[in-house]
Amino acid sequence: MQTLTKNTLDSLEQGKINMSKEPTPAQIASERIYATMGVSDSEYDLICTILGRKPNYTEIGVFSVMWSEHCAYKNSKPLLKRFPTTGERVLMGPGEGAGIVDIGDGQAVCFKIESHNHPSAVEPYQGAATGVGGIIRDIFSMGARPIATLNSLRFGKLTDERVRYLFEHVVSGIAGYGNCIGIPTVGGEVMFDSSYEGNPLVNAMCVGLIDHEDIQRGVASGVGNPVYYVGPATGRDGIHGATFASEELTEESEAKRSAVQVGDPFMEKLVMEACLELIQSGIVIGIQDMGAAGLTCSSAEMASKAGNGLELNLNEVPQREQGMTPYEMMLSESQERMLFVIEEHNEPIAMEIFERWGVICRKVGRVTDDGRLRLVYGSEVVADMPVRGLVDECPVYEKPSQVPAYYTKNEAVDTNRYEEVTDVNDALLKVLASPTVASKEWVYRQYDSMVRASTSVAPGSDAAVVLVRGTRKALAMTTDCNGRFTYLDPYMGGRIAVAEAARNVVCSGAEPLAITDNLNFGNPEKPENFWQMEQSVDGMAEACRHFDTPVIGGNVSLYNENAKDAIYPTPVVGMVGLVHDTDHITTQGFKQAGDVVILLGDTKAELGGSEFQLVIHGVTEGRPPVLELDTELRLQKTVLKLIQDGLVKSAHDVSEGGLAVAIAESAISGGIGAEVEVSAEGLRTDVALFSESQSRIVLSVSPEAADAVVEACTQNEVPVQRIGVVGGDRISIQVNGQQAIDVAQHEAERVWKDAIPCLMQ
Amino acid sequence: MKVAVLVFPGSNCDFDCVHAVEETMTDGAVERVWHTTEDLTGYDLIIVPGGFSYGDYLRSGAIARFAPVMNAVAKAAEAGVYVLGICNGFQILTEAGLLPGVLRRNTGMKFRCHSSMLRVARPDTAFTSEYKQDELINIPIAHGEGNYYCDDETLAKLQANGQIVFTYDDNPNGSLNDIAGIVNEKGNVLGMMPHPERAVSDLLGSSDGVRMFTSIMKAWRERHANVN
Repeated sequence: MQTLTKNTLDSLEQGKINMSKEPTPAQIASERIYATMGVSDSEYDLICTILGRKPNYTEIGVFSVMWSEHCAYKNSKPLLKRFPTTGERVLMGPGEGAGIVDIGDGQAVCFKIESHNHPSAVEPYQGAATGVGGIIRDIFSMGARPIATLNSLRFGKLTDERVRYLFEHVVSGIAGYGNCIGIPTVGGEVMFDSSYEGNPLVNAMCVGLIDHEDIQRGVASGVGNPVYYVGPATGRDGIHGATFASEELTEESEAKRSAVQVGDPFMEKLVMEACLELIQSGIVIGIQDMGAAGLTCSSAEMASKAGNGLELNLNEVPQREQGMTPYEMMLSESQERMLFVIEEHNEPIAMEIFERWGVICRKVGRVTDDGRLRLVYGSEVVADMPVRGLVDECPVYEKPSQVPAYYTKNEAVDTNRYEEVTDVNDALLKVLASPTVASKEWVYRQYDSMVRASTSVAPGSDAAVVLVRGTRKALAMTTDCNGRFTYLDPYMGGRIAVAEAARNVVCSGAEPLAITDNLNFGNPEKPENFWQMEQSVDGMAEACRHFDTPVIGGNVSLYNENAKDAIYPTPVVGMVGLVHDTDHITTQGFKQAGDVVILLGDTKAELGGSEFQLVIHGVTEGRPPVLELDTELRLQKTVLKLIQDGLVKSAHDVSEGGLAVAIAESAISGGIGAEVEVSAEGLRTDVALFSESQSRIVLSVSPEAADAVVEACTQNEVPVQRIGVVGGDRISIQVNGQQAIDVAQHEAERVWKDAIPCLMQ
Repeated sequence: MKVAVLVFPGSNCDFDCVHAVEETMTDGAVERVWHTTEDLTGYDLIIVPGGFSYGDYLRSGAIARFAPVMNAVAKAAEAGVYVLGICNGFQILTEAGLLPGVLRRNTGMKFRCHSSMLRVARPDTAFTSEYKQDELINIPIAHGEGNYYCDDETLAKLQANGQIVFTYDDNPNGSLNDIAGIVNEKGNVLGMMPHPERAVSDLLGSSDGVRMFTSIMKAWRERHANVN
């Protein structure tokens, strides 16, 4: 165990490894060096108690990342407990790399979302690329074959040069990684609002398929079993990435570019194929990826889950640079690395696989029975810490929460006080040209959305649909969150985020299964921010219970702040649904002239947080639309049944931009016009067209099916209105008998498609 | 009919090609063949699939051409075995000198993935006999380096010999003369940037790629019948 690699010996001889330059335990205490790693005074004292002495530099480094928000959820744990996490179909809930849900026939779907916000703010290409790489590893470390990725992005306004730079390079980074590794990027969302200026959000979701018997866990079981390191050598990149992610971005953040990792998708492709083959061989006892906090987190967590200890021989860790210290090796977030445990006698099987794929695999340690994480370097023990202390004993904080002043003030805001917009044609074109609503083709055309030859509905519809080969089933997937709604009312916004995701999945012909969530918030130490978190989580949890779509995993990203303020609270929901038969796959575009257009749901005067309010009136204020859970569930169940009965030609949920935009999008996607006449009693024309009232869906159905659809809706108490006919080359909408919108379909399409490319030129 | 789908480190359309063959070529028995293989005797069709072989580091296809299996591909091509290079496979075949020209960065400098309409310029090859002259077919593209280029002399030769098999209806990448796919002089090696293996079912948006695979099968049967 104590053999030194030549590299290390050389370095030691040449004096390149100089751990004596590191602060001593006494200096760490007296100079409060721990504070620069994000460890508080009381946490430091607790660490001393746990160790029974002062930690050395390596140890305090290891503790600081294990006790960061990113790894320990110390500020969010009490809130996360409020989520429903179990259900009939849930095979694996939160706690492992990713959650898993049964889809029948011995198969299951495995998915998770994760953020890479801070890295992307300072190094957009690599930040976004490694975000994709990290979430893919989470999926294949469970034994699942990744079949699709999605991403949920938020940026400031595209008129800002820095924002355009971030947007351009984040998209390139996602494309660069996903395209090369050969996993299709099938969907997601992009929204633009000045709230995200300086602190963009980059959340990546990966979906995998797995047979039940292949499900893996990250456990280091079996005392004496060897532990193996897989993947490229460890470098100095990404040191303290998890800590970096758990503090506010400041002007100095730019100087922390070194905390951003560098990705190599080609390497990850090899590691992925080799690991999936290793798992298929049936010899794996435990496997986990080295994500946040690298070797530290993966080794401590694997030991913790088995209730064991782990001894790592750092001399054996492959190193990219000379003279790396134990501190650097433990905290490096070099990418594309995995850790696994097998029985010693199976080593030749593993080695054959990794050799064939040309991937480094090295025995670096052993499972022990003493519950300690012990690090050996040179010939000495350089760190010795109890696993429980690292993983389970981080203090959990119940943060104070306070209703923000803006929220109270907004109650009195009357969102109907705006002067009526009479040129609604012009308003529609303006809203269609708003980057949040406009076509994202500029983005997704850069993504290979079709590799694996299973993508049935590519980006651009309500949800993406990926076929499950060898069956008639498919998976619908989407990400959703309207940050303006969650800002104006985090509770209602949380509900809406879940409901809209489910509605998108239903509109694609799928039954909603479960969600993964990415809670993007500001600094939780500010009581107003913590209140936003609390309220959002409650709203989401309630909706998840109501729709029976449990939370099977996710990620928390706090300290998202720019120079001005916290970002809008943005709890992104990633949802997967099951299409029971490929015949049910439905898209948003109108299909055929003569088809009847039907609107489900009620339109109310709800402009708070709407795209119209921002684009036309320049504000985000008031209360967001109200989402009623029973109404929403009835709507979804009814539409899904209608789709499954083969009565629906197209389905599109009414969201940003309201009814006018929903009809325009169905017309643009279908390449055909429509003539529509809506009655909205008591509503002004502009409000009727652009209100973002919830629980509404626009369907098109064949003339023969129309009666049956209307009848089914009436029976199920879903408000239903026959509003027009598909056909022609114009988008024409009358409201309450008055002509409101009349625009050529190709003109609407041009405005909608050109908006982002024009801004990016 | 025995079909080999080559697998280089970084290939990522190998399984898609395997599935396409299984679903469209009733006589096809298909195998994934590792890049270290030195002998391809016995295969009737060799598919060089898309992906990022060796990460496309250095230049697309530049490292893959040195893989041991490429000598075997050259030998097979010489012997008249059908070789189909798709996307990265096309890039590898040009790097290996089995097809003329090069694939440069797309003119927009960005990766592009979307459906694309191809015009069938030569329906009289082993790969395209099931298509009609000038038929427009929907075959998706997904590449960052698909901008076909060759010198004037080579272009004149390609034209004179009728080696330009597919052209883009709406050139997405700046390819010379809208070239999307070419064959070698003998007509048994075809390289194309678009992905026929992704267009084998209406559920995927197009089934226009099916006839490419059935064309090859037909050609093989005819050749087989003649030999017997």
